[in-house]
Amino acid sequence: MSNFIEVQNVSFSYINDFEEPPIKNTVLQGLSLEIKRGEFVAILGHNGSGKSTLAKMFNAINLPESGKVLINGMDTLDENNLFDIRKTVGIVFQNPDNQIVATIVEEDVAFALENIGVEPEKIRQSVDEALNTVGMYKYREHAPHKLSGGQKQRIAIAGVLAMNPECIVMDEPTAMLDPVGRREIMKTIKKLDSMGVTIVLITHYMEEAAQAGRVVVIDNGKIILDNEPKKVFSQLELLKSVGLDVPQVTELTHSLIASGIPLKNDIISEDECVLALYELLKKG
Amino acid sequence: MIKDITIGQYFPGKSLVHRLDPRIKILLTVLYIVMLFSASGFLGLGLGMIYLIIAFLISKIPIKMMLKSIKPIIPIIIFTGILNLFFVEGGTVLFSWWKLQITSEGLRTMVFMAVRIIFLICGTSLLTYTTSPITLTDAIERILSPLKAIKFPAHEIAMMMTIALRFIPTLVEETDKIMSAQKARGADLETGSVLQRAKALIPILIPLFVSAFRRAEDLALAMECRCYHGGDGRTRMRQLKAGVIDWVAVAVTVIFMAGIFVLNGLLPI
Repeated sequence: MSNFIEVQNVSFSYINDFEEPPIKNTVLQGLSLEIKRGEFVAILGHNGSGKSTLAKMFNAINLPESGKVLINGMDTLDENNLFDIRKTVGIVFQNPDNQIVATIVEEDVAFALENIGVEPEKIRQSVDEALNTVGMYKYREHAPHKLSGGQKQRIAIAGVLAMNPECIVMDEPTAMLDPVGRREIMKTIKKLDSMGVTIVLITHYMEEAAQAGRVVVIDNGKIILDNEPKKVFSQLELLKSVGLDVPQVTELTHSLIASGIPLKNDIISEDECVLALYELLKKG
Repeated sequence: MIKDITIGQYFPGKSLVHRLDPRIKILLTVLYIVMLFSASGFLGLGLGMIYLIIAFLISKIPIKMMLKSIKPIIPIIIFTGILNLFFVEGGTVLFSWWKLQITSEGLRTMVFMAVRIIFLICGTSLLTYTTSPITLTDAIERILSPLKAIKFPAHEIAMMMTIALRFIPTLVEETDKIMSAQKARGADLETGSVLQRAKALIPILIPLFVSAFRRAEDLALAMECRCYHGGDGRTRMRQLKAGVIDWVAVAVTVIFMAGIFVLNGLLPI
């Protein structure tokens, strides 16, 4: 199977024109990444590591300075591909308040389809489907500003989902939410994953990244780790050296191992940890 | 709470008037205004009143709301009333003092104008009471869309209005937050002269503006991600369709108008 998203040796920098001479701030340098159709990839990195910049590469908001980004074989540098790429890859951003356009939930979900020029009956159908998927159908006639953060973010997801994209990129979708909202969003993400949508989740919550099928760690615009979660989080020292954490349970098991207690070093979820400790204590 | 403010004066309901096609409702309002201005006598105005009362009864808007809509224009009514009373000449002189005199014609014009203004406001408020701002925006876009041929930005204007309506509650909430934050740092917003209080608003307005621009940038990005590229080739999920009821409403209005023209001809008082 060919790669769905192909990032080939991409560099990118922001240029600050306000200064004299302009300051060039290189964010990505020679980064390459391949994502297959249907994968659930988490991208980790501390603030300013270039992870959001990379996310905006996936639907031609940011264009590479050198190198190439191919989405389903379409080059993001070719303007003729623009709308096809944006229909294929949708992005959900951090602040739900700033991505909702309309004053009624269902109107907002319909926004993307209206822009593409879909016929009204089909819009209605896709909007209802998208709202059902994120579990917000009964709120379809509400005003967005009266909903909770998690609900608003689900509306934003539905707004992208209505286009029926093959891939949804989420740029720290839970950063501004409370724990309840965060759980709602993770549930939605997992549901989308099970439906076969390719998901790229950018986050700095390790517990969320641990649920992905693959974790990519970026530091200073370069990929330093790219593996399944268990393997990535077992590299405790490397992660700490780039200013990242590991899930709490991993931290716990590692300190237990360090003090001589025999445990596996690839525990990343609470359930696993509970089970391992239970087995250990049973043995006495 | 500040979050619960309503924009405009929409009064939600499911009455016949609420359900009319908003474009037709705007048309009816225009016809109603024409009706009031073409009535030359009290009988004509009476017919306008009957029309207004019927519309209000169907809409199930409480009478209190109607009275509330008149309140802000009372000074205008009084002002025009006084002007009409003293400066319209004709008929018999009822009262005169120094250079001022009140004539029967002046008295008649005063009452006539006051009644006309009141009806005008009541009728037009009925439109905003029964149509949500977003529906109204939608209708305005569609009414103005033929003007796109002469490069009139109908879609852009409607889009701006929609976004403004969408962000009013968000910005109000934000203002609330900034005010609390500044108060927590010792800002005094409630006391002092008007000038002092106006000055105290600066530390609230500046963060608000900065944040509004940031939001605008985010929103533009999110809209681009969802393939927004202006009004060209755009479709709408919600289609406005004028049904039988809408045309019946238009017909009834036209009959009332005709009635007023007939009355004007027969009894021009």
